[in-house]
Amino acid sequence: MYAQMIQSTGKGVKSLDEMDPQERAFQERINAGGKIEPKDWMPDGYRKNLIRQIGQHAHSEIVGQLPEGNWITRAPTLERKAILLAKVQDEAGHGLYLYCAAETLGITRDEMTEALHEGRMKYSSIFNYPTLTWADMGAVGWLVDGAAIMNQVPLQRTSYGPYARAMVRICKEESFHQRQGFDIMMKMCKGTPAQKKMAQDALNRMWFPSLMMFGPSDKDSVHSEQSMAWKIKMNTNDELRQKFVDQTVPQAEYLGLTVPDDTLAWNEEKGGYDFAEPDWNEFFDVLKGNGPCNQERLQTRKDAWDDGAWVRDGMLAHAAKKRALKVAAE
Amino acid sequence: MSSPAPTPYDKTKAPTGAPKRTGEWPLFEVFIRGQHGLSHRHVGSLHAPDAEMAVKNARDVYTRRNEGVSIWVVEAEAIHASSPGDKEALYDPSNDKVYRHPTFFDVPDEVGHM
Repeated sequence: MYAQMIQSTGKGVKSLDEMDPQERAFQERINAGGKIEPKDWMPDGYRKNLIRQIGQHAHSEIVGQLPEGNWITRAPTLERKAILLAKVQDEAGHGLYLYCAAETLGITRDEMTEALHEGRMKYSSIFNYPTLTWADMGAVGWLVDGAAIMNQVPLQRTSYGPYARAMVRICKEESFHQRQGFDIMMKMCKGTPAQKKMAQDALNRMWFPSLMMFGPSDKDSVHSEQSMAWKIKMNTNDELRQKFVDQTVPQAEYLGLTVPDDTLAWNEEKGGYDFAEPDWNEFFDVLKGNGPCNQERLQTRKDAWDDGAWVRDGMLAHAAKKRALKVAAE
Repeated sequence: MSSPAPTPYDKTKAPTGAPKRTGEWPLFEVFIRGQHGLSHRHVGSLHAPDAEMAVKNARDVYTRRNEGVSIWVVEAEAIHASSPGDKEALYDPSNDKVYRHPTFFDVPDEVGHM
């Protein structure tokens, strides 16, 4: 998802009887649907896992602005431009809500930024794919934000209070993102044959990378099992992927587009579609940094950070000067 | 397993080769009053160089969809909070004063609404 391949301690889930009283009380509170707040006691692994997960989620929102920002100056109409601008601004907001949530766990914003720039923290694999045509703005909103919603809606019930609250805000805003994407797709599909072809091409390129967003199957993963016990992960990757495919295929049919998967077929028995897995070698390769846009994305972030340093420092200096003047006046 | 105090982070530590930074902008907590006469409610936090910029940033980050008509920002360091360990001492005594709730008292049906 926006947070992929989050590794826990890997030791497997302890039973309540194996826990010391403090940890047991913590787990029982989570089991009963209680929330954990910043100053509460929490196991070391819970804190570390959450920092990784929320941090990666925040980085994804921020880096996720780049593929769409690419099209703001080239949007086909003023209205589309205003909508896209608002959408990209929302993504910045989502990043900020999440950074704040992560900061309550004892990591600073700068520390997370540095970790991203040095490659110690990741962002979602999906943003390492290029956005080549205007139809990609449609496909990104429809598929990428659609996949994000699948994951984020259940996370509103996650055990960590600040994370859950950030998710509530994000989910409220996210459905605008998906709808604006689908609206672009509808317009393209009802347009000229060349425009419809462009929409089909965008779907062809974005389909499998969107399925990869959920991460490889984790039904046997100890990391996943621990995260689910802590309720910082609410569903398995396969569950969410299935749900996404079941929801999206009829929408593609409505658009008159073909999902680029010959094996796609309705399975009456399971009440869902059978579909082809994405190429997981490609996924791991992109995570390692070898996707089509990894270098460009990271370099853009680093440049923005370095080029903005004088502004950040200048504003602090100005604030200090104003404070000094105020003291002198009193 | 224990819950360690967060490791203190040297805000002025710059990555190798980079110029030394003056540090992060301070953290502000943001409170917004919605349209319908309710009190200000905590909505989140943000970083800003000073209070004036914090209000401007809060407007961009937390009121993009008419969420409020008034913004308060408070430097996070200025907030004094109770701690989770004080829970029993603070809140348990109210449990044995059930008479503070009107439902503690039976009002006969003949008396009507009270």
